[in-house]
Amino acid sequence: MTNETARQPSSIELDRRAFRRQQATRSVLLSVGSTLLFAAVVVVTLSLLPGWPRVRDTFFDLGTAAQAWPRVANGFLLNLRVLAYSVITVSICGMALALLRTLRSPVLFPVRALATGYTDLFRGTPLIVVLYLVGFGIPGLQGPRGVIIPTEVLGTIAITLTYSAYVSEVLRAGIESVHPSQRLAARSLGLSHGQSMRIVIIPQAIRKVGPALMNDFVSMQKDVGLISILGAVDAIRAAGIETAKAFNFTPYVLAGLLFVLLAIPTIRLTDWYTARQRRREQMGSIV
Amino acid sequence: MSVLRLEGIHKNYGDAAVLRGIDLAVDAHEVIAVIGASGSGKSTLLRAINLLEPIDDGQIWLGEQDISDPRTKADAVRARIGFVFQHLNLFPHLSVIDNVTLASRHVLRVPIAEATATGMALLERIGLADKAQEYPDRLSGGQQQRAAIVRAVATNPELLLLDEVTSALDPELVGEVLELVRELGAEGTTIIMATHEMAFARDVATRVVFLDQGVIAEEGTPAQVFGAPRNARTKEFLARFTA
Ligand SMILES: Nc1ncnc2c1ncn2[C@@H]1O[C@H](COP(=O)(O)OP(=O)(O)OP(=O)(O)O)[C@@H](O)[C@H]1O
Ligand SMILES: [Mg+2]
Repeated sequence: MTNETARQPSSIELDRRAFRRQQATRSVLLSVGSTLLFAAVVVVTLSLLPGWPRVRDTFFDLGTAAQAWPRVANGFLLNLRVLAYSVITVSICGMALALLRTLRSPVLFPVRALATGYTDLFRGTPLIVVLYLVGFGIPGLQGPRGVIIPTEVLGTIAITLTYSAYVSEVLRAGIESVHPSQRLAARSLGLSHGQSMRIVIIPQAIRKVGPALMNDFVSMQKDVGLISILGAVDAIRAAGIETAKAFNFTPYVLAGLLFVLLAIPTIRLTDWYTARQRRREQMGSIV
Repeated sequence: MSVLRLEGIHKNYGDAAVLRGIDLAVDAHEVIAVIGASGSGKSTLLRAINLLEPIDDGQIWLGEQDISDPRTKADAVRARIGFVFQHLNLFPHLSVIDNVTLASRHVLRVPIAEATATGMALLERIGLADKAQEYPDRLSGGQQQRAAIVRAVATNPELLLLDEVTSALDPELVGEVLELVRELGAEGTTIIMATHEMAFARDVATRVVFLDQGVIAEEGTPAQVFGAPRNARTKEFLARFTA
């Protein structure tokens, strides 16, 4: 290694490096240029359309946005809380379901069948239906008198029911993609079934399906906006109230923007993770 | 007393009888080479001994314990036996040292410092100490197999089972792995190895067992089995390797 760093590259290699740098600069300039051009075309086209000024005023009015901000932001905190609870409950339930479905013992067939039925059912049912059923069904059962279940709990339950089904499918695919010899190798060392799962299989499974899991997380981030149909004053419901007050749709755009901002870090993280995994698998080769 | 005793082991896959009554007693410090055609049941036998494969009849004694009794705790038995497969032994998400110390830490509950010291000494011995923190995919195939073998002996097992540990390797990597097996044998580790490396079996094994049609068709010292096979099928099988 040491003589490698001390060695002066040949003039051919220096030429090649200079050429690569030049190419890189050109690509960057090209992409910046084309982006700017595209943006200019969009702006000019919009401003030429006759309805644009009205659309601009009803959807992108800064004054309305400022007025709606406190209420929408406050509602958004409710979305964030439901998201935080759901991440925890979905992780636990999704993993539990996935593990149930990978049990092999013939004696446990009923458990496996139940878990399979559950995932089929909840992956097929639109979240909005589940939200209605949970949001109005559970309170309708009239449990202990005087107990009112907060909407954020009901929302969390509905999201957990649906997303556990998705996440368990992803995790199960990951668990089954780990080569069977890994399980044998783990058991041959004397690890119990649970230990093999925890120490050997699940860590590999999660690495394999990491991007798919993060994808589900992104959809969950925006689906927490649906709890507004339960009557909770979340960002979307708050935006609705402000919209009605101002006769202007800007509050909805504002709420939408908040959801986008929330999603971007996760999306970027997913990209980064996928790229890193690809790099690791290619082990230095460039094609 | 034998380390391992097999009595009338039978194993079927569906209608196919793969093992049809295997009797074998293995004493301490023996190195047994199990040879036989592809599909003769060598892997099946080793997996049965490690309780990775349920048997259909017979008894397996490890020391004084009948480990084929369904009441035995299979995990505890496997912790007393080391097993190395043909390939994909190491866990790719764990560093080499974590692989080597895994069973000590999680099965024997050895304190981590002690397990690491033992593991590093083993890696030192096979010349992989500088790769301890690397992940297995950075190792050559031969290095991976040698790491897998020291992982199997890290817990001081009573018996080491090796299932064709060199058959997935490039020819130039075979030597270093066999050398490690030879050393372990010379140090007194009790070994049963399935192998297609006849020269190695002749060299290192204290006893050779020829598996054919589900039974032990011939067994004896390497000199007997390779030098003067009595069974016609053994002769036929060996002829293919000396051709
Ligand atoms: N899980 C299984 N299900 C059904 N049949 C199997 C299974 N495992 C092995 N067999 C069959 O049992 C027989 C013995 O297989 P085994 O792997 O023990 O042979 P082997 O002697 O190790 O062969 P090789 O030298 O090729 O490794 C083969 O005919 C094989 O097809
Ligand atoms: Mg085999």
